[in-house]
Amino acid sequence: MKVLVAVKRVVDAYVKIRVASDGSGVETANTKMSMNPFDEIALEAAIRLVESGQASEVIAVSIGPDAVQEQLRTALAMGAQRAIHIDASADLEPLTVAKTLQALCARETPDLVILGKQAIDDDSNQTGQMLGALQGWGQATSVSALEFTQGKAIATREIDGGLERLAVTLPGIISVDLRLNDPRHPKLPDIMKAKRAPIEALTLSDLGITANQRLEVLEVREPPTRTPGVRVDSVSELIEKLRNEAGVMP
Amino acid sequence: MSILIYAEHDAGQLSSATRSAITCAQALDGPVDMVVCASDCASVATEAAQIAGIRQVFTAEANHLATQPPEGVAWVLESLAANYDYVLAGATSHGKNIFPRLAARLDVQQISDISGVIDAQTFVRPIYAGNALATVRSHDAQRVITVRATAFEPIATGGGDASISPIEPGSDSALVEHLGMQLSGGEGPELTTADIVISGGRGVGSQENFALVKRVADHQNAAVGASRAAVDAGYITNDYQVGQTGKMVAPKLYLAVGISGAIQHMAGMRESQVIAAINTDPEAPIFEVADYGLVQDLMGALQELDGILAESPAPIGESA
Repeated sequence: MKVLVAVKRVVDAYVKIRVASDGSGVETANTKMSMNPFDEIALEAAIRLVESGQASEVIAVSIGPDAVQEQLRTALAMGAQRAIHIDASADLEPLTVAKTLQALCARETPDLVILGKQAIDDDSNQTGQMLGALQGWGQATSVSALEFTQGKAIATREIDGGLERLAVTLPGIISVDLRLNDPRHPKLPDIMKAKRAPIEALTLSDLGITANQRLEVLEVREPPTRTPGVRVDSVSELIEKLRNEAGVMP
Repeated sequence: MSILIYAEHDAGQLSSATRSAITCAQALDGPVDMVVCASDCASVATEAAQIAGIRQVFTAEANHLATQPPEGVAWVLESLAANYDYVLAGATSHGKNIFPRLAARLDVQQISDISGVIDAQTFVRPIYAGNALATVRSHDAQRVITVRATAFEPIATGGGDASISPIEPGSDSALVEHLGMQLSGGEGPELTTADIVISGGRGVGSQENFALVKRVADHQNAAVGASRAAVDAGYITNDYQVGQTGKMVAPKLYLAVGISGAIQHMAGMRESQVIAAINTDPEAPIFEVADYGLVQDLMGALQELDGILAESPAPIGESA
């Protein structure tokens, strides 16, 4: 079984973001960048499939400017067998990403694509489902447990009311949620080895993809801020204030 | 400009997030139709038809649509989409699961989780876990949109008399087999629609202690929530999680007990009308957004809350 995992370079999850004062976007210059946390979980799941003998190969792909090679090196250090960099601008929309992955699937014919359920920058939560539709594949999104039997992925999804279990025919799409696994930290020798490992280079035009913008960002601004309120000294004072001052408790 | 809304349902009832999507659609100014996909559409379709302003309700009835699978529901939506300028759903686990499939089939860049409508093609949506708000303009001919339920008041049933017509439900793609559900609901009010939410974090310390959070919530007819840390620690199941990757809530009162206030958690509750926090750590970031803060030992505070509220619980029938 061949597994494709896409990884996105995003502002690190622990960085407090800064909105540009001119409203043009979120500052990414001189900001710590990392692999999208959900993509790390997707990669970890794929690597474990190779380690348990259920998969033969993990291909990590990232779409973006040269800087995304940093995340591909992390993917190689974690244990991906191959890495593919598809050169593009940093702000591709999910539909373009899904079409690019569709073109890559035609070249690489993976049996399984594992993606993070959403990127923590634009929070779109679209790419996996879009790729599923474009490929005519079944999907399981927000997956928190995963096993394989008889050519099917048995996936547990986190849904609004609890959990749902699905059997997805392969080839298929899995998008992963936080509780699927704890991604490993690559070891130093593996990091060193990954620095010298080859990264295959492609462009959008190699894949026949044109990046056209459908959703124009007019402005990015800070949300209305909440200011700290008052400190109270006891539970009874808290209840009294919630009842009589705020009027939000019967 | 005509609008199609996906009528999501749960246990034979129209979901509250769909009612919010209808309110959102009113800002788009056009006739609104709805489509129900289920193995038995009757009750949901009747409910939808009675909402003021709905023109027509379509029903796609088939066994393979019983669990609202994305492959099957997207097929039904696509079969109707050519007649509409907008297709909307609530940004729930169903909406998120289904709509990007529809958007890709229509070759449309979906607009996820909108919290505001500026004009017919311009919308506001939170990004970076709600730490920034993006105003985006869609250049697609059609628009596929999911709606953040907490940003729009759910519309009530009443005053409507839409016609209900069956449509072709399609056939089972057989790509995915549904094996089962494990639903934990049934206790207390629904987290996303309750007037009061009482949430526990890692600080609560154990599954047993979390039972005390639930008991306090019961006195107020409040819903129980949790931080990711509490879910990861096994104190409570995932469907109680509030935050960037959990549920979005905006109750009248959000009481956070033992929650430090990671940005991913605050993403899910920052729109609450009043936030109160109890934490042992006076420096916890939750206090930066709390209207009322109390630094106290958590178990002591929970026991006191339990004691006081047990003596003066919410009146029966009051939903607050």
